[in-house]
Amino acid sequence: MDDQLKNEEHTGTSRRSFLKKSSLITALAFTPDTVIKAAEKGLDEQIASAIETMPLNVTINGVKQSVRIEPRVTLLDLLRERLHLTGTKKGCDHGQCGACTVHVDGQRVNSCLTLALTTEGRNVTTIEGLADGDNLHPMQKAFLEHDGFQCGYCTPGQIMSAVCCIREGHANTPDEVREYMSGNICRCGAYSNIVDAIMDVKQGGKKV
Amino acid sequence: MGTDKKSEPINRVDGRAKVTGKAKYFAEFEVPGVTFCVMVTSPITRGTITTINTKTAERAPGVLAVFTHLNMPAILGWAEQGNNSKLPSGGERYRMLGSNKILFNGQPIALVIADTLERAQHAASLVTATYNKAEHHTDLLKNKEKAAMPPRMGDYTRGTDANAHNTAPVVLKADYTVPIEVHNPMELAGILAFWEGDDKLTVYAKTQGVKSTQRTLAGAFKLDEKNVQVYSEFVGGGFGMGLRTWPQEVTVAAAARALKKPVKLVLTRDQMFTLVGHRPYTIQHISMGATRDGQLMGIYHEATGETASYDDFTEGTVGMTRFMYACPNVTTKYRIVPLDRGVPIWMRGPGEATGAFALESAIDEMAYKVNMDPLQFRLKNFAETDPEKNKPFSSNNLKEAYQLGSKKIGWAKRNPVPASMKEGDWLVGYGMSTGVFGAHRGESTCRAQLNADGTLLLQSATSDIGPGTSTAMVQIAHEVTGLPIEKIHFELGSTAFPPSGSQGGSSTVSSVGSAVFDVCTALKGMLTEAGLTFDNGTVKPAAGKSDSLQEVLSKQNKTFFEITKSSKGGAEQEKYSLYSFSIHFAEVRVHPATGVVRVKRVVTVADSGRIVSPKTAASQMIGGVTGGIGMALTEEGIIDHRFGRFVNNNLADYHVPVSADVPHIETIFIDKPDPVTNPMGSKGMGEIALIGFSAAVANAVYHATGKRIRELPITPDKILSA
Repeated sequence: MDDQLKNEEHTGTSRRSFLKKSSLITALAFTPDTVIKAAEKGLDEQIASAIETMPLNVTINGVKQSVRIEPRVTLLDLLRERLHLTGTKKGCDHGQCGACTVHVDGQRVNSCLTLALTTEGRNVTTIEGLADGDNLHPMQKAFLEHDGFQCGYCTPGQIMSAVCCIREGHANTPDEVREYMSGNICRCGAYSNIVDAIMDVKQGGKKV
Repeated sequence: MGTDKKSEPINRVDGRAKVTGKAKYFAEFEVPGVTFCVMVTSPITRGTITTINTKTAERAPGVLAVFTHLNMPAILGWAEQGNNSKLPSGGERYRMLGSNKILFNGQPIALVIADTLERAQHAASLVTATYNKAEHHTDLLKNKEKAAMPPRMGDYTRGTDANAHNTAPVVLKADYTVPIEVHNPMELAGILAFWEGDDKLTVYAKTQGVKSTQRTLAGAFKLDEKNVQVYSEFVGGGFGMGLRTWPQEVTVAAAARALKKPVKLVLTRDQMFTLVGHRPYTIQHISMGATRDGQLMGIYHEATGETASYDDFTEGTVGMTRFMYACPNVTTKYRIVPLDRGVPIWMRGPGEATGAFALESAIDEMAYKVNMDPLQFRLKNFAETDPEKNKPFSSNNLKEAYQLGSKKIGWAKRNPVPASMKEGDWLVGYGMSTGVFGAHRGESTCRAQLNADGTLLLQSATSDIGPGTSTAMVQIAHEVTGLPIEKIHFELGSTAFPPSGSQGGSSTVSSVGSAVFDVCTALKGMLTEAGLTFDNGTVKPAAGKSDSLQEVLSKQNKTFFEITKSSKGGAEQEKYSLYSFSIHFAEVRVHPATGVVRVKRVVTVADSGRIVSPKTAASQMIGGVTGGIGMALTEEGIIDHRFGRFVNNNLADYHVPVSADVPHIETIFIDKPDPVTNPMGSKGMGEIALIGFSAAVANAVYHATGKRIRELPITPDKILSA
């Protein structure tokens, strides 16, 4: 990354100067002077920021996070775009694929369907928080051993879901695992190995 | 290598990164000051934009810019490439935001860029446009008269009796349909682009070929290739959709240059249906003639697939029919119909999977017509040499594969009479099919760096969309050098590395693996000259020498040895026909009251040369079968032709297989080295895993029910109404 980019502010002057320029250069549309002026002073951002963000205190992987975010921000986008916990994946943003599965107070949830503000005061665990330091969680080990993935993109969601599948008592037979893991799509088609991995952990009897 | 020695199954070398969430995909790189792009798309299918209002969006909080055809910076390469290639449809090339013309539903009409994703999403909702609608054509069945022969896909015919398929004692005529299927990798497509000045572009991309993305972007912006850096280490699936650098990726890069800011675009799932290709809707007619004792006399196979009005997409749909069976008279024709839809792109097993559904269904139908076991019918018409090219196969172990697979599934134990087997309420059926794909090998280059601590670094600008490229490469290097797996590191997914081809057409292990093999062999020679040798997993002084690796390097004033080698197939390969083969056996249950089909058991056999990485290879096969279950039973992109628009462009309504749809899958490898393809003796595997599988299911459904379903997917309504 070059220094020039690092030194630039996240928002601000460039945006306003671009808007000004683009409206002059392109004659795109008539932008009233007042708006240009407001933009130059950054009033729109200031007002919007004050109105639109709210405080959130949430514990993520054992670390207390205090942030200000807009109410429309999902837990998934908070994790990925603001906290850079990118292990949690976006596959559909509609709760249809399971790639974004995380634990909220120990329950598996689709973080794309969870507004971040609803996790106030709660405990969120993501794939980054599953291992004990360098020691992989038994489910992570089992996925590795059984090759329960190919591209790896659905894998964090599969693993988070698989841990809860066992905790919930829904991993008693391979067919039960298939049913209770069907909210997590794997397009590479590793299901056969994923079921083996989960049954292996279940039968190993270790606490998950 | 190239011997009968079997490779060890090892865990993926990048597996730990994937199970811990540390593997970074394109959208996950932290670039300071990154901005977010959201696309506004057209709700009409053909016509022109008459007005577009971006004022409200531009005033929305956090918005940095809104680009439309009115203010999009010129993309010089596109302007120059304007009319340099003629389209069979007579249509014009699509240049995103290049004009007010709408060529397909879902075409982007504006890029909205803001400081946060949510602000960009909101502002995008504020862009409005009016249109002048023109009549659109999205239904292939209603536009067959536009079918044209693509210039690079001419008709094929062999034999002295072109009419044998009509005049033979036993004749089969059947039509088969494969619907639109959508790749839908789990990772959403997009790009993250930023510039240094006006002439140095860096992108993180979702691509199956960093070099091809580099070439496309360099061409679009008229830059030297060295001024375009492309990174793509981890790719969350591709299945073909990443074989093209899509127009929105180029326009986002152009927007980043205009804004002088990094811009990130991540498509929405519905945009994955329209903007990154799909398997084309294809209709096929097969006419097949045989003697009463089951000798094929003639095959006529015609396929008609869709392309876009603005492109000339083609694929090898009828290829398999030309050489798979020893039939004296064969004619194949392939046509494309331009439609007002986003352009297709090769999807796993590309045209061959579409063609194999028709051919392998027809073979099954003909076997029943001549009252033969479908397996015996295939053996009776087995092609010992390639009848299309008149060359010997470099290797062909299909007969052994038929035997192994049929034994494992219990083929001989079934009652061959259709609709004769039951288990409780469910009808039971067995089906089989064959798959084949060219054992391709392209040119590839690899750099090796042997460090003073005895670790080996290998680098090549190839990609990995999931099959386990690094793992296979490390295993090849391990087998050549004897260094332990953990001392070898393979790096890919960067244009900074020596060039390799794209990951497509099942060619990566053959191509890049050969370069790894050659560079490791060359490294051995280099060590010998330096008085060193690989010995039992470490580098030691050669016989009669005493200096260690560190001492030799130190005396030569080096910190490592390095060597780069290019590799490609030799003239020897011209003498042979090179193919990888698969056999699929499926056991299904069909519920007679509901029409539900469940795949109960699968045995799949790959004749793909020597297996370099057994564990990841097995995953390739089960993955292909899983995709094949989707193709056979659930996947169909549905267009409402009144509007020219998808009605099921999401993962709830477009049904990719889920865990409950997929049984335990048994994979068998012939695992014998091919003497010609490459130094490892390997052949490709990604495509054959899927090619033909849908026919095995259709054939099993016929065996279970006596009903022949020729239109995929085989949904309950089709069973009940057949």
